[in-house]
Parts: sequence; structure tokens; C-alpha cells
Amino acid sequence: MLSLTNLTASIAKKTILHNIKISFSKKQIYAIMGPNGSGKSTLVQTIIGNPLYAISAESSLLFNKKEISTLTPDKRAQLGIGVTFQSPIALQGVSVFQLLRLAKRDIDVLDLYKQIEKIAQKLKINKELIDRPLNEGASGGERKKLEVLQMAILNPSIIFFDEIDTGVDIDSLKTIFTFLKEFRKDKAFVFITHYSKIFSYLSPDTVLIMKEGKIIKEGGKEVIEVVEKKGYEAF
Amino acid sequence: MRGMHHIKNPHLQAPDNIIHMKKKKINFDYKFGFSVKNKNVFVAEKGLNEERVAMISGMKNEPEWMLAKRLQAYAFFKKEKMPEWGADLSTINFDEITYFIRSTDKQVSSWEELPAEIKNTYDRIGVPEAEKKFLSGVSAQFESEVVYEKVQETLEKQGVIFCDMDTAVRKYPELVKQYFGTLIPYSDNKFAALNTSVWSGGSFVYVPKNVKAALPLQAYFRMNAQSFGQFERTLIIAEEGSYIHYIEGCTAPVYARDSLHSAVVEIFVKEGAHVRYTTVQNWSKNVYNLVTKRARADKNAVMEWIDCNLGSQITMKYPAVYLMGEGARGEVLSIAFAGSEQHQDAGAKMIHFAPNTTSRIVSKSISKEGGRTSYRGLVQIMPQAENSKTYVSCDALLLDEHSRSDTYPTMRIKNPLSYVQHEATVEKIGEEKLLYMMSRGLSKIDAETALVNGFINPVVKEIPLEYSVELNRLIRLEMEGSVG
Repeated sequence: MLSLTNLTASIAKKTILHNIKISFSKKQIYAIMGPNGSGKSTLVQTIIGNPLYAISAESSLLFNKKEISTLTPDKRAQLGIGVTFQSPIALQGVSVFQLLRLAKRDIDVLDLYKQIEKIAQKLKINKELIDRPLNEGASGGERKKLEVLQMAILNPSIIFFDEIDTGVDIDSLKTIFTFLKEFRKDKAFVFITHYSKIFSYLSPDTVLIMKEGKIIKEGGKEVIEVVEKKGYEAF
Repeated sequence: MRGMHHIKNPHLQAPDNIIHMKKKKINFDYKFGFSVKNKNVFVAEKGLNEERVAMISGMKNEPEWMLAKRLQAYAFFKKEKMPEWGADLSTINFDEITYFIRSTDKQVSSWEELPAEIKNTYDRIGVPEAEKKFLSGVSAQFESEVVYEKVQETLEKQGVIFCDMDTAVRKYPELVKQYFGTLIPYSDNKFAALNTSVWSGGSFVYVPKNVKAALPLQAYFRMNAQSFGQFERTLIIAEEGSYIHYIEGCTAPVYARDSLHSAVVEIFVKEGAHVRYTTVQNWSKNVYNLVTKRARADKNAVMEWIDCNLGSQITMKYPAVYLMGEGARGEVLSIAFAGSEQHQDAGAKMIHFAPNTTSRIVSKSISKEGGRTSYRGLVQIMPQAENSKTYVSCDALLLDEHSRSDTYPTMRIKNPLSYVQHEATVEKIGEEKLLYMMSRGLSKIDAETALVNGFINPVVKEIPLEYSVELNRLIRLEMEGSVG
């Protein structure tokens, strides 16, 4: 579905990612792990098209056989690439409903609102948050739940969850993953995280270890055990 | 009361004749006939002198006192220097301006003559054909007469007078004479003097005691023949315990052939009365929009200015409320949008003369593509205005690196028992927010528009729905950079 080859990315002329090669397939669950500063978030930002990151001419991002490396973030999102941000920012004066309304113009407004309400209920999001400016005064857990809510409405075919567990209490995390299990169907999920605790909820098919901007290990869920026991030093 | 012109009879009652107003088209019964059929063309020569001032007055068949006022104002205008503290006005050439054109002659002769960007904008906003022609001045007749007459009928039953200023001078001379120029004397500033000497058109509104006007008064519907005057003069008198909402302007850009718009608006809000004055203005981008607006609020009166400025090359406008009576409240909520080569110098003035008075100023400005917005405000709490409260909040949003925003807030607090609060923020729209929204599939323009509309929402939600919808749409067009 999504294939990265020779992906080299830099910010302010400093190269962060070196010749990354990964292939993501549908229905699969991926874990991308690695120490701080290993380039995990840069990888996500490059895939969604953050203009702050420049990629080399040899880099290729093929999504359903279409080269997307020159597309702006909105076009990539429209094709079906989704992301939940590590630290979702607040949007002054724009509610999650308004945001999604602009993103899903093809759906009737009332239907959309009902869908949002239904998902909010499943995610145990306070109904008032739907109409309030997005993330303004929201807790860490609420922010992450609102990210998941947006994904549920947009329904992309691959979703990158950038540290979905950070700042989320145990009950909220459980709620989020209960929802994700039901919601997954044949989507590809990619979890970017430092810690392995979330994999007790959803077990990955493939684990990728990143270090210094490179994929240094690819394996099954047994890799997680190695990380737990020996840390990233083991690789 | 110091520094103000005293109002001679604050308890004036509505004259009897207002109840027996002529039923139809009260603003069309001019001696010189504001009718489309009238083919007489009269355009005064460019530039100004005593003779021309007298001629304007003569053509309107005005009483002596109005002519005298015009001449006094002109004398002051001639000697007064240009204000140098605000926007750059050095390019205004007073000798190149036409000060009086009979309204029917204001029209450009054909739709084809209009600048393409104006026509284009009308099309994009979806302004109906008839309305387009009205707005552009191609036609003096806007097909709103039916609406207008309905409004008039309802108001008439309530005893409310709503007509143009020229008509008011003839029909209600005593009322006009008593209030005209007392709140904004010609000596207030050079442009108030200019307006006083050459004014034409504008609205006159009189709301009798305890009457709550059932409908908002929309200048838009009134200005059939009058069109959008260059030197409008508006006077609103709200008697004790009355309520009126006055709305001026419209969101579609108004094409003005003449580049100077200098209006004066005076509002008297008597004890316990409530006046709301909403402006949504989008002058074409060749216009200098220099307007003096002031209201006087008596005991427990409420005055609210809601002021949205999108167009023009330079706007200088600082709606003021003089809080004269105990417990009076004043508000100015404003939006200014400055695009390329525009300077919006806007703000508010609140002068607390009495105890327990409150004021609130909320200013939202947006600058884009090198545009410049300035907030210029004055809050003054006089020594006798004990226990007064003021809240000032000015927020600026910059859409790019080339744009500019300044704030010039002045607070003169002469009473120690007052409560003063001031907040100011400057914000950039920020790549981070745009990326976030685009990652949800929104185009850059959709994302920017949503952020700008979100930013101005606290003010926009105060204006009538049909205007706020149009305003939001207009912001989108501005974001696309395609508005003339």
C-alpha cells in the first residue's frame, strides 16, 4: 500500500533520515520503536508531507503505486494517509466539528454531526468538546481521543499513531484501544512509540527498530521482548 | 461635561408631525427630484471654496442656519492642518475632489465601465444582477423598495422616523438644529469640518420615548437614490428607554469613483435607552475612509458600536462613546482586515464622565500580504467617574512575514477607584496549525479561512446572521487573494 524507498530527509540541511526502506501493507499492525532522537517522528512528518522536511531526489514514496512525494499534505490526506499527532495543537476558534465539516464536504452536515457524536460517545469524549475550539484547555487524554475521533471520521487506509500513549492515563488508553480494535478492519496501523506497553492492547505484526535515522532491525513481536529486556542497546 | 457641547433640552419630545409622515418614499420628494428619470446632470467643479459650499446648500434649499454652519466649518477646514498622528494621508489632494454630485449623476454610465475586479467579485459572492448595479452605482434604483416600504410601515406605526438627512433638515428642522454638530462639532477635526461643510445624504433616525424599534434599520435599504454618499451625515436620537439597531453598509465591495469617504455619525442615547450600530464595510481599494463616529450615553444608557472594515486603501475610524450618565455602558467591537497596500487604522474611544460607568473594547485585526493594521484606542476615566470599569482587548493576527500590526493604546485613568483591564495579543497563523489542518485533508485556503473566521468569531457572532454569513464568505475571497 505504502512503500518508502531510498527515503532520505533533512531539516535545515541536517540529514535526519538515511535511505529508509519500508513497505506497509493493509490489515497489518506495525510498531516503530527507537530511542529519543532516532528519527521516528521525522519519518511520520515526512510521510504526511510536512514542508519543513526536505527529501532527497532519490527518495520515493509510493502510495497505491502513485508517487506522492511532491504532493502537499492535504492531497496526501485525501488519498488516505492519516496521522495522530504526538502533541496535538490547539486551534483558536475552530472546533473539531468545523474542522471535519471542511474535510468531509460530501457528507450531510447533520449526518456528520451525528457520526461525530456517536464516536465521541464510544471514546468517552465529553460532548461539549465537539463544539469547543479544538484542544483549547483540553487534557492530554482528551487531545489524543480527539485525534482518534478525527481518524474515525476521515477513515484513512493507513494511520500513523505518533506516541498515542503519551500524556494519556490508563483508563483513557484502554478506551482508545478498545475503540481502535473495533475500528481497524482492513486498515494498516503504525504505532510510533518509545515504550512497549501499548502492545498489550494490540499486538504488532511487524516491529521496526530505528536508530540514528536508520531502520536497524525488522522482525516480529519477539523483538519487543528484546527491547524490554535489554533496551535499544541490544541492536 | 467639560469639553462637550451642552445639549440644550435633553427631554425633548417627538414633534407631532412625525406621526403623520408621508406614506411613500419619504426620501424621494426632493425639490430636485432624486429620480432615475431625472436626466439633469449636475456635477460641481473639482475643489472647494465658499461659493461651492453655498451652492450645495442652495441646491438643497436649506435654511440659513445650515448654510452658516457649513461656512463656519469650511473656514475651519481651510486653516486646520492634516492630522499627522495616524495613517499617511499625504496623497490626498483636496483640489482634485468633486464635492457635490447630484445623486442620480453618481452613476457610472454603464456596467461595462466598472473595473473588472469589482464585477468579478460581485459574481463570486453571487450578488444578484439588480443588486450589483445598485452597489456599483450603475443603477440608482435598488429593488428593495418593497422591503423598504414594509419596514417604513412598521416603524411609522411606532412613531420612529427613519429618513435621509437632507429630508430631515427640511421636515424636522427644529429637531435637527438642536442636535446637529453638538456631539461632533466641526472643530473636532479637519475631516469633521470637511463633512460639515459639504455633507450630503446619510440617515436621520428618531426613536420616541420607550419605543423599542421592532426591526433593525438598514441603511442599505434606505439608500435607494442616495446611494453611498461620499460625505454622509448621520444623526440618531434615541429617547429615554428606547431601543434601536441600525445597520449600515454591506459586505459586497462598494465601488466609489471618488476616492475620499468622510462621514460623520452622531448618536444620542438618552436615559435607559439602548442603541446598537452595526457597520460592515468593504469600500473599493482606492478609497480613503476617514470617519468620525461618536455617541453620548446618558444615565443607564447602552451604546454598542460593531464595526467591521474590510476594504479601502486607508481607514481611520475610532468610534467613541461619551459615558455622561451614571451607570452608562459603552462597547466597541471591531474587525479590521488589511490586505496588500491597505492600512486599517482603527480603534475606539471611551470617555467615562460619570460614576459606575462601564466600557468594553474588543478589537480583532488581520493583516495579510504586507497589509497593515493599527489599533488606536483611548480610554479616559475622569476624576468624578468613580467605580468605573473598562476592559480592552486587542488581538492581531498576521498571516505572513510581510504584514504588520501595531497597537497604540492610551489609558488616562484619573480616578483611583476604577477597574482597568487591558489585554493585547499578536499571533501568527503559523505553519504548524496549517499543517495540522491540511493533514486532515483541508486545502491551505480552507485552513487559513477557518482560522481567520475563528479568530474574528467573537465579534462576528454579534452581527446579524445574513451579514455574518456574507462576511465569512468574503474573508474566504480575501484569502484567495482575488477580491478587487
